[in-house]
Amino acid sequence: MPQNYVPIFLFVAVVAIAIPATLMIGKLVRPNNPEKAKLMPYECGIDPVDNARGRYTVRFYIVAILFVVFDVETIFLFPWAVQYRALGLFGLVEMLVFLAILIVGYVWIWKKGALEWV
Amino acid sequence: MLDYVTSYLHSSLTPGQAGNWLWALVYILVIFAGVSGIVIVMNWGERKALAHMQVRLGPMRVGPHGLMQPIADAIKLLTKEDIMPSEADKPIFWLAPVWVVMIAFSVFIVVPFGPTHAVTDMNIGILFMLGVSSLGVLGIVMAGWASNSHFPLMGALRSSAQMVSYEIAMGLAVVSAIVMTGLGGIGPYGIGSGAGSGTLSMIGIVQAQAQQHVWFIFKFFPVGLVAFFIFAVAMIAETNRAPFDLPEAESELVAGFHTEYSGLRWSLFMLGEYAGMVAVSSIAITLWLGGWLRPFPSTHGPAINIPFLWEHPEQGVVDFAFSFAPALVMLALAFFSFFNAMRMPKHPLLKIQTIGLYAFGLVLAGVGLILLAPPVRDRIQDIFWFVFKIACFMYLYIWYRATWPRYRFDQLMKVGWKVLLPLGLGVLLVTGIIGLGPEIAAWLKGVV
Repeated sequence: MPQNYVPIFLFVAVVAIAIPATLMIGKLVRPNNPEKAKLMPYECGIDPVDNARGRYTVRFYIVAILFVVFDVETIFLFPWAVQYRALGLFGLVEMLVFLAILIVGYVWIWKKGALEWV
Repeated sequence: MLDYVTSYLHSSLTPGQAGNWLWALVYILVIFAGVSGIVIVMNWGERKALAHMQVRLGPMRVGPHGLMQPIADAIKLLTKEDIMPSEADKPIFWLAPVWVVMIAFSVFIVVPFGPTHAVTDMNIGILFMLGVSSLGVLGIVMAGWASNSHFPLMGALRSSAQMVSYEIAMGLAVVSAIVMTGLGGIGPYGIGSGAGSGTLSMIGIVQAQAQQHVWFIFKFFPVGLVAFFIFAVAMIAETNRAPFDLPEAESELVAGFHTEYSGLRWSLFMLGEYAGMVAVSSIAITLWLGGWLRPFPSTHGPAINIPFLWEHPEQGVVDFAFSFAPALVMLALAFFSFFNAMRMPKHPLLKIQTIGLYAFGLVLAGVGLILLAPPVRDRIQDIFWFVFKIACFMYLYIWYRATWPRYRFDQLMKVGWKVLLPLGLGVLLVTGIIGLGPEIAAWLKGVV
C-alpha cells in the first residue's frame, strides 16, 4: 500500500532538520579564526604537490563496471526468490540457465585478469 | 485529536501501515534516540574492551571507569573549531557528512524490533534496506572529492571500490535467505510441499522463521550458516571496519576520506559509521538470527498459570523462564557495577567516583526491577531480544578489530571477487536445489 511509504519522507524530513540544526547550534559555541595555513589541504605539513584531482588507476573503473553487471544480476534473482515455490522446477531451470550465462562471463573475466589487482 | 493518538494503541500493525503519522513520528524519534544511545555506549565500550584486550585500562579519569568519557568527547567536539579548507567544494563538503548520517539512519525505517515495533513495513522491505544502505557510498565519495586533497580522494576511491565489490556477495547471500522464506517445511531440514510464496517484507521474513520453527542460520545446515558467514564478512567490509578498514588506514592515508574534516562534522561521520554498523547487524539478525524471536522460539513446555505473575494460558513454563531474561541482564550489570564500586581503592580522591559508580549500579538495578513488573516484562520481550543480538554483534565488531591485522588492498579485492562471489552463487544454487528436493526426486523417478 502506498501509505506504507510515507514514513520515509517523514524520516528524511526529521534528519534534514535535526542534523543541520546541530551544525548551526555548534556554530554558536565553537571558535572561528581561520588563517591561510590552517585552510590549506592537509599533506603532512608540506605545501600540497600539484592538483589532487589528478589521474588514478583504471582498476577502479573496471571494478565499477563489473559491479554494475553483477549487481543487476542479483536484482534479477529477487523476483525468482520470492516466487520460488510457485515456479517450481521450471523456475529453477530458468534461473540456472540465466546464471550459467553469467558464470561463463565471470570465468572469462577471471581468465582475462580483470579481477587481479596489480 | 485524542482519538487519533489513542486509536493506534490497540492496533496490531506498524504505525506506517496503520496510517498513523503521529505514532510514526514517535517511533522515528525513539529510534533516533535509541541508535544514538547505542553509539554513545559503543564509544565507551569499544575503547574499554579494546584496552582490556591489549592489557591496558582505557579511559579511567572522566567519571568512574571512564563512564563519562563519551559526554566529555561530545563537548570537546562541539567546541572545536570547524575547518573548511579554502580549496574545498563548499556545498558538497557541507552535504557529505549530513548525507552519511541520513543514509545510515534511514535504514532503520523498516527494521522490525518486534511484530509491531517498526516505523513501517513494506512488501519490498529488504530491497529497500539494501538499496538505501548502498547509497552510503555516495556520501564517502562526496567527502573525498569535495576535500580536494590527495589523501581523502585516495581513501574515497578505495572505499567505493571496496563497498561496491562486497555488495554483490551480500546480495547473493540475501537472495538465498529470501528463497528460504518461501519454504513451508518445519525444522532445520523441513523441505515442505505445495506452492507458497516468499516475502521481502522484514516482518514477514521473521514470521517465516517463526512458522518454520528454525532460524535461517540453521536451515539446511550448513547452507544457512555459509550464507550468514558471507553476509557477516561483507557487512564488515561495507561498514569499513577492521580488518577491512582500508579507507581509513591511518598508517597510509592519515584518516582516509575524512582527513579534512574536524569538530562536529567529523563526529557526524563517526555517528554515521556506528549507526551503519547497527543497521547492517540488524539486517543480519532479521534474515538469519530470527529477529525479535528468543532462542528456541517453538519450545513452550507444559502450560502454567500463576495469578498476577503469568497469565498467558497459551504459553508454557519455558516462556515464563525466558521472560525474566531482560530483568536478569540488567540486574547482572547492576551487580557488576556494585562489585566494582566495592573494589575501588579507598582513597579520598576517588570518593566521588565510587559514589558515582554506586549510583550507576542503583540506576541499573532500578531499571531491572521495573523490567520485572509483568506488564512491562511482557511488552519488552521482542525489543530486548533484538537489542541483545545487536549488542552481541557490536561486541564482535570490537573483537575483530582487536584480533585481525588489516588486509592489503589486492587481498581485499581477491576475497571479495574470487572467494565470496563464487561461494555466494554456490550457496544460492544449493539452497534452490535442496528446497525443491521433492520435485527433483519426482522428476528423476519419471526419467528413470
